[in-house]
Amino acid sequence: MIEIKSVSLVREGQRVLDSIDLLLPRGGLTALVGPNGAGKSTLLSLAARLLPLQDGSVTIDGLPVESTPGKLLAKKIAILRQDSGPPPRVSVRDMVGFGRFPHSGGRMTAQDRTMVEEALARFELEALANRSLDRLSGGQRQRVMVAMTYCQDTDYILLDEPLNNLDMYHARQLMLELRRLVDETGRTIVIVLHDINHASASADRIIAMKNGMIAADGTPETVMRTEVLEAIYGFRVPVIETNGMRLALQYASCAP
Amino acid sequence: MRDRIVIALLLGLALTTMAAFMGVNLRGNIALALELRGIRLAALVTVAIAIALSTVTFQTITGNRILTPSIMGLDALYQFGQAALVFGLGGLGYVSLSPLLKFGAETAALMLLAMIILRPALKSQMDLTRMLLAGVIIGALFRSMTSLIARLIDPQEFAVAQRAMVANFSSPMIDLLLIAVLVTVIAGGFLLSRRHLLDIAALGRDTAIGLGVTWNRTVMIHLLVVSLLVAVSTALVGPVTFLGLLVTALAERLTVSRRHDTLFAVAILLGVIVLVGGQTLLQHGLGQASTLSVVVDFIGGLVFILLLFARRIR
Repeated sequence: MIEIKSVSLVREGQRVLDSIDLLLPRGGLTALVGPNGAGKSTLLSLAARLLPLQDGSVTIDGLPVESTPGKLLAKKIAILRQDSGPPPRVSVRDMVGFGRFPHSGGRMTAQDRTMVEEALARFELEALANRSLDRLSGGQRQRVMVAMTYCQDTDYILLDEPLNNLDMYHARQLMLELRRLVDETGRTIVIVLHDINHASASADRIIAMKNGMIAADGTPETVMRTEVLEAIYGFRVPVIETNGMRLALQYASCAP
Repeated sequence: MRDRIVIALLLGLALTTMAAFMGVNLRGNIALALELRGIRLAALVTVAIAIALSTVTFQTITGNRILTPSIMGLDALYQFGQAALVFGLGGLGYVSLSPLLKFGAETAALMLLAMIILRPALKSQMDLTRMLLAGVIIGALFRSMTSLIARLIDPQEFAVAQRAMVANFSSPMIDLLLIAVLVTVIAGGFLLSRRHLLDIAALGRDTAIGLGVTWNRTVMIHLLVVSLLVAVSTALVGPVTFLGLLVTALAERLTVSRRHDTLFAVAILLGVIVLVGGQTLLQHGLGQASTLSVVVDFIGGLVFILLLFARRIR
């Protein structure tokens, strides 16, 4: 369980997060949605100790993130950040293999290698395995980063906008894979999404943030409502129900 | 595969330059000449190893391919420590210190100053342009302070101390060789044992933390090891600003893999080839027409400018 207790963050005089309390029990796919600058990425970064906590506490299975050894946490929780800098000149296979570092310490065993090959297959990267990361397109690189995060083989996986740069096919494949990971291996995945319909279609729980606070929290059925979405995004979003899913029609010509 | 061929070729070339350094124009008392040359060869190879290891490590923990410890003014810091010691003890007091004690005190001063000055910059993730600017300022500041101290000291005393301070490739500080070799071997062994960690650190702060690296501690430890190696090379032959950049830039182009075992090996071999080969050529081919550090800095400086202009700065 990830337990976030009264976490606040002030950056350059601006309140980015305002006393967030959140319980994320083991298992399930949770989508984090909300407008730009709502504090979603900051919350994930704090939960995965990429930023130092200013106020409040975060524990993962009871381990406080700020005082638990990094190596131990790296076997519990993996994070994929939105922006990880310029691509290194590393082959796709090596990059995915770096995900094994918390377990192997860099000395890969046969078991580690099997895991890497399995990750390459799972995210359809075999054909690219020997290419260098700086020669790939943004979407291909994004998939490599997801595969590396998967390879870390942790109970908790935090993904910050993994659908960035992905085409329709690969975005769908990724959501299917994440769903499978949750259903078949009981992992806990938290994913920041901008396409609220992906959240509605795949997630068990949607948490909406606005101005550093939690604006809505519940199943897709309870969050995917015109009045709830209006409170979050500030305009009337028609919601239709089709194929057992609730879909928001946020597009320009869909007047409410 | 290609990397192995590159390493094998460079190893052959490095051994050839070492043989040439030992063997060319041997005259007179051959045993004595060999002994003298052997000691100088050991000094040059130690410097090559120290500079290659420190530059590769520094570039990894700072996440850039252009800055090096000497561009950031670390060797100027070392010389400042030296001058401060002369000032504090007086010229005679300085000269009568044992070389070991001197080296120890100067190295400690360098590590302390590097911690105080560079760590905040690394922790706050300064961008490349600002780091470069900071390096230029740190270098200029400490070089000026060194010459200020030199002026404050009684000229006669300073002349005594200067003989003990100034080192170059033609006459390296032999009294320090043993401790220098020892420090380089220990630091090199340490860095080699952490090569996998450095591979991860090269991916950047956030990815490294996500993979379990304790970032601030890692940066601090490696910065200390880098300062130690800079102290070794500056103590032995004085500052060589652009050698580190030259060997890492070449190593990056010659190899496919970004792994630190490969990078370390290639950078060290290139350093040996440039230093030992260059010194042999200058001594025997060109009749001491110039000093090696001038030539290395000239070529390395050109590479630095090319790197700044020819490709996007990382």
